[in-house]
Amino acid sequence: MAETALAAQATASGLGPEDARNAAREVRAQRVRAFLFVLPLLAFIFFAFVAPIASMLFRSAYNPTAAELVPTTLEAIESWDGEGRPDEAVLTQFAIDLKRLANDRTSGQLAEEINRFLPGTSSVVKSTARALRRAEDETLATGGAALLLDANEAWGEPGIWRALTQAGQVYSASYYLTALDLEMSREGTIQQRDTQIYLKLYGKTLWMALIITLLTLILGYPLAFHMAHSSTSRANFLMVFVLLPFWTSLLVRTTSWIALLQTNGVVNSTLMALGLTRDPLEMLYTQFSTIIAMTHILLPFMVLPLYSVMRGIDPSYMRAAMSMGSRPIPAFLRIYLPMSLPGLSAGALLVFIISVGYYITPALVGGTDGQMISNIIAFHMQQSNNWELAAALGSLLLFLIIALYWLYDRFVGAGNIKLG
Amino acid sequence: MPNTDDGVFLKFDEVKKSYDQKNLVVKGFNIAVEQGEFITLLGPSGSGKTTVLMMLAGFESVTSGTISIRGQSINKTAPYKRNIGMVFQNYALFPHMTVAENLGYPLSVRGVAKAEQRKRIAEYLDLVELGAFGNRYPGQLSGGQRQRVALARAMIFEPTLILMDEPLGALDKKLREQMQYEITRLHEQLGFTVIYVTHDQAEALSMSNRIAVFNDGVVQQCAPPAELYERPANAFVAEFIGENNFIEGTVDRIEGGRAVTTIPGQGTVTAEAAEGLSAGAPCVVSIRPEKLFIHPTSHAHDNEITAKFVARIYVGDFIRYYFRLENGSEIVVKVLNDLSAPEFGEGEDGRLQWLASDCIAFPHPGEMPDVAG
Repeated sequence: MAETALAAQATASGLGPEDARNAAREVRAQRVRAFLFVLPLLAFIFFAFVAPIASMLFRSAYNPTAAELVPTTLEAIESWDGEGRPDEAVLTQFAIDLKRLANDRTSGQLAEEINRFLPGTSSVVKSTARALRRAEDETLATGGAALLLDANEAWGEPGIWRALTQAGQVYSASYYLTALDLEMSREGTIQQRDTQIYLKLYGKTLWMALIITLLTLILGYPLAFHMAHSSTSRANFLMVFVLLPFWTSLLVRTTSWIALLQTNGVVNSTLMALGLTRDPLEMLYTQFSTIIAMTHILLPFMVLPLYSVMRGIDPSYMRAAMSMGSRPIPAFLRIYLPMSLPGLSAGALLVFIISVGYYITPALVGGTDGQMISNIIAFHMQQSNNWELAAALGSLLLFLIIALYWLYDRFVGAGNIKLG
Repeated sequence: MPNTDDGVFLKFDEVKKSYDQKNLVVKGFNIAVEQGEFITLLGPSGSGKTTVLMMLAGFESVTSGTISIRGQSINKTAPYKRNIGMVFQNYALFPHMTVAENLGYPLSVRGVAKAEQRKRIAEYLDLVELGAFGNRYPGQLSGGQRQRVALARAMIFEPTLILMDEPLGALDKKLREQMQYEITRLHEQLGFTVIYVTHDQAEALSMSNRIAVFNDGVVQQCAPPAELYERPANAFVAEFIGENNFIEGTVDRIEGGRAVTTIPGQGTVTAEAAEGLSAGAPCVVSIRPEKLFIHPTSHAHDNEITAKFVARIYVGDFIRYYFRLENGSEIVVKVLNDLSAPEFGEGEDGRLQWLASDCIAFPHPGEMPDVAG
């Protein structure tokens, strides 16, 4: 079908079928060559970027640990209506499972899983496991339920069993709910959690990223403008200062901010020597220090795209506007600003997205006040070992950035981004 | 040059410009322009012509001297208050606005009502024959169309003075000629004053009322095109405008405005004497290639020299002959491509003849001017 169409087209333009085939082969060969050129990069991106993100997205909703530890108990508890104490059979089965876990030394894992849904139960599970380890199999089979209740009376309450059912779900949205400060109520409706942590943190992260973007814009725009309108040698000289932060290690830069901002640091001692303040200001380990240090670090990302776009704007545009009777400031707003918008949006988007996911600087100078969402993700990965929640928080961050980009594309247009 | 101040519209009085506080880029520029004149500033790049234009538009400050419009100095007037239209080489059309919005910009700045704006935009788009292009963006237009829009935008707020900075420099030859005609037509139709900067002498000659030839920050000559071509004031102008041959010699005597000069190895040649020429001084005699004739010819002549034939180049409507004098300088002769165009063998001698009134003797400029196009 396509062949005939191609042949018909070919004859119309004076190309023989042989010529058309040759031309098509040429094009195919070019495509294959182009593909081979980027193949190593594609492979790298797949293994280093696509696969981890896919795994993170999967992990945020997939948690098989509890289901693998106590499969038979979970099967038995399915018929339970969620009110009162579950059947004797369920309790007995759980006692048998728990003994096995205690001997396998995996009861701790189960304790952790259940504890996530009902804080404070970790010790209950662990102590019960210890009590059941020595029990005979026959005693367990007949009086397992009684042993369980003897070990800890919490097993008579429905709460802990509900936590176990929740932990036993292999696929669940509960981590997303947690990440959004929500939880599933007993009636199956979604309600707010008692402690609001993550939403506030997302809000603070976005707010700080916005402030940092605005600060880099305020500092970077006039600088880029000046550089774009000065001689090449002067612009190159200034460019060195813009790039200087790039050439020093991130850690060194952040540490130098610590030296500057700490209680007995350079800034405080200067302020006190000048008599502007009697007591040292608390600047380090605050939101303020995070914003200051990140603005400094991200400034080049704003200046570079702005500069390269402004460099391409001929001075004759402003001259034309002024010759037509426009005053400098209105001419700037109507003519120059829209023309520099591609660089401005590229810079702002870069700075904003980078700062939303920034980790090292808030971790070093942020204290508790200046923490951002990536710090809590790191916390869940490294300290609380709640990888599922970390994955859910990370996925939400990803969705948030995609949503912001979509909004940007809607209102400004992604085609407007220009890096150089 | 009209020197009375009444009727003078624009005046430069000893205007100088220095960028680095050491060297003058413009060394005392004087001109008086009447309303409706088309003045071209012509010169090689770096000769200071664009600087003059930028000072007039207000984008460069004046180091000393006065620029005045209708007797009022505008040295200190801000560019946006000068009411001067400007056309740029790169057009400077705002890429994020449509053609109509571009044209409307100077009007909206002046607070013209929307309805009136629409009427004027339509009128000026028709004037540059782009009536149907109002909703296009500059990026969607061809070079010639963009230049027309730029022209319309410079005219739409009816400035009394329009500056053009090499406006046709980016166009190809054919389009350039078309636009030259267009600009001339609009100038005659609307009667505004034009200051036009170019380095293209053909453009200058065909469009201007007067041309100021710049070199090295100084105006070499300011005259109507014909006078510039026929009666160049010095060797630079003679060389810069059109094509010219230069023959070195020494002035014997000057009588009745004519200089009799001795050309080494050739005898004497009579030429119109230029200003500053004195007897006994070295000089150059300039003759246009089309004023030279090769013997045998039916044309009358006063002067004759002998030169060795070098090459004959077929151009189409005419033929260029290259000869060489004994001192090595080259002579070009343009002959119409008809049956009388002679044939020469390699190294043969040719006798070149011309009228005394067709050549001018200039004081020797120090180094020989290049014989270039």
